[in-house]
Amino acid sequence: MEFRFTEEQQMIRETAASFFADCSTSAAVREAMVTERGYDLSLWQQICDDLYLHAITLPESLGGMGLGYVELVAVMEQMGRYLVCSPYFATVCQAVPALQRAGSEEQSAPWLERILGGETATLAWIGQEQPGCDAVTATFEPVEGGYRLSGDYHLVVDGHSADILVLVARQPGTTGRDGVSLFVVDASALVNTNAIERQWTPTLDQTRHLGRIRIDSLLLPVDACLGEYGQSGAVLEQVLQLATVALAAEQMGAAQQVQDLAVQYTKEREQFGRPIASFQAIKHKAADMMLRTEVARSACYYAACIADEAWQRRAMAAELPEAAAIAKSYCSEACFRNAGEALQMHGGVGFTWEYDVHLYFKRAKASELMLGTASEHRETLAKLLLDVDQPDKGAAA
Amino acid sequence: MKLSFSAEDERFRTEVADWLAANLTGEFAQLKLRGGPGDEHSFPEERKRWEQRLAEGGWTCVGWPPEHGGRGCSIEQQVIFFEEYARAGAPGRVGHIGEGLAGPTIIAFGTPEQQAKYLPGILSGTELWCQGYSEPGAGSDLANVKTKARFDAERNKWIINGQKVWTSLAHESDYCFVIARTDPESVGHKGLGFFLVKMEQPGVEVRPIEQITGTSEFNEVFFDDVECDAGDIVGEPGDGWKVAMGLLGFERGVSTLGQQMQFQNELDEVIRIARENGKDRDPAIRQRIAQAHAKLKIMRYNSLRMLSGQSGSDGSLQGEALIYKLFWSTWHRSLGELAIDICGQQGQLLTAAPYELTRLQSLFLFVRSDTIYGGSNQIQRNIIAERGLQMPREPKWH
Repeated sequence: MEFRFTEEQQMIRETAASFFADCSTSAAVREAMVTERGYDLSLWQQICDDLYLHAITLPESLGGMGLGYVELVAVMEQMGRYLVCSPYFATVCQAVPALQRAGSEEQSAPWLERILGGETATLAWIGQEQPGCDAVTATFEPVEGGYRLSGDYHLVVDGHSADILVLVARQPGTTGRDGVSLFVVDASALVNTNAIERQWTPTLDQTRHLGRIRIDSLLLPVDACLGEYGQSGAVLEQVLQLATVALAAEQMGAAQQVQDLAVQYTKEREQFGRPIASFQAIKHKAADMMLRTEVARSACYYAACIADEAWQRRAMAAELPEAAAIAKSYCSEACFRNAGEALQMHGGVGFTWEYDVHLYFKRAKASELMLGTASEHRETLAKLLLDVDQPDKGAAA
Repeated sequence: MKLSFSAEDERFRTEVADWLAANLTGEFAQLKLRGGPGDEHSFPEERKRWEQRLAEGGWTCVGWPPEHGGRGCSIEQQVIFFEEYARAGAPGRVGHIGEGLAGPTIIAFGTPEQQAKYLPGILSGTELWCQGYSEPGAGSDLANVKTKARFDAERNKWIINGQKVWTSLAHESDYCFVIARTDPESVGHKGLGFFLVKMEQPGVEVRPIEQITGTSEFNEVFFDDVECDAGDIVGEPGDGWKVAMGLLGFERGVSTLGQQMQFQNELDEVIRIARENGKDRDPAIRQRIAQAHAKLKIMRYNSLRMLSGQSGSDGSLQGEALIYKLFWSTWHRSLGELAIDICGQQGQLLTAAPYELTRLQSLFLFVRSDTIYGGSNQIQRNIIAERGLQMPREPKWH
């Protein structure tokens, strides 16, 4: 057992940190967030070409790095810290596991190679806001030579701009995990068809863009269906859990950053003839922020190890639903509360557009609501604890 | 990062589990899930004998180095030991102050004579220790101790006078480690000494403090011309603060896993009752149970981080260690509230007059001490802000 980063992992973490510190400055974020795409294409190219961070979890056989979730979490933590605007989360944390998990090796390889080449991708599954597979409302049916798919996808990260779309749909009349399939399509090849309509849906948090994808009777070839027809509900759930762990890490990194910003500011800001950081009212807020950040960190690193077990199909994979729910429920609240406290500790300037606190504050709320709120994840835990017939350890007394 | 244990460690796990299963029987069977903070007054004699049974099996001081009689277990094995101890429901340790605090201090700062004199009794589970730090005027302001130690050259002994308070297990203990002022003119953390004091001698008086629970596990300890051999001061006169603070540095997480074992048992009990009385259908209660479960899990991960981190040789604490006390004490207090809330109005009913509490009532009340002792939550926040975030100290009041 070794619950800390190896030297290589530490190196990836530090490389990402120094790169994002340089490239994802306040000015850069503000410039990117007002564009329709929502990120700077040249920054994404640098992430791919210079740092090769998009290849972390891609298989070595295709030229990827073949690493796992501890490394991915280390990168996501830094992305959160520097509020990086990038298609990384949608591509690497959502689409890549969907392609790799749902499809056979031969099926996913060409798509993963395109991602390795710098194309972006995303996962679309939400028809209605419900946890897990219950969100899927798009439907598909087999037709001559393939499938016909229709659906209205909301809240798709980079849904308006991604090159590759992984679309989740279900057989008509099914619920829950039943009848769920994943389909992969090349969005650019569909530009001139009437079957698909994509648009950017501007959001409160401007640093991560969401899109809406409307699909009407889109015909897909047989090999667009990843894995067994109608059998991918469990896969989707695991993919969402993996993405949840990555998002929690991003929240944890942001929780750290707003803490650092707030502590720094209170050391500089003087009132009553002394830095406000010397007042206990301020120090105790800061101490609570540090507690939340460190606890979030412990939750994330553990979840990263478990996600890695799941990714490599090892023994502790079964813990993933619980570890993801624990990490996301804690990090969601830690990040938002830290952002709120940072705003308060900045006083009046925390309320301005000029200071960056509001960007973190908004991102924190958006991330909290994405992939399950804290209370939804706690309900997941409650089901695991209370609704299964397990012998009580405490009953021995 | 990896979480799995080696095959050798898994064999060790089996060994621990087998030993506990074979020994938590007979007179010890009744000790399952008993003892520990809040239940420290239960079965004192049986739990002392349990310490000796542990010692016979070589299961005391598992983390101490072999040259001092310990088992020399790796961090992983210590983790496993505490996990299995918890799984077996083995009782709260009465030897933990000697094993976790006095012993490591004597190993780190003591003379060979002190080591020879005191370590064997801790290892064998025959001699229990208590901690003489707090005083009526030295609570959060620990450096403000008034207890005095005067050296009597003629008798070649230190003579100690003063009063300690909140001393748990004092009435069961053979020895107490005491911080006292060796330089009567000194103030603050200078001029203190760290003494190893025998409890059974004229001049030592232990008075139990009746607590919010109606029971007593904390005490006042009075020292009236109490003797301490010249050789029983750890470090030099004036070094007491350094030794006492060094002791805090031994808290690197392994014993926190032992504490978490009790928390897990308490939470299991809460869950059992909620499932029994149907409170587990209440959405608000479900949220609170899930929250308690999540945070207890994270507490364990946090300890694993502490254990895997490089401990600073200067005694500096990393972030995850700095926040630990504030985190667990606050968590535990919430658990106490949850415990009483899931019982509904039934939770009011005592086991018997005059004031015999149920386990959960006792938990509900006792947890209020957690956020006060060992550095209150407010002191913890000061420490975190000043040491962890380098925020300036509050200006002194004159």
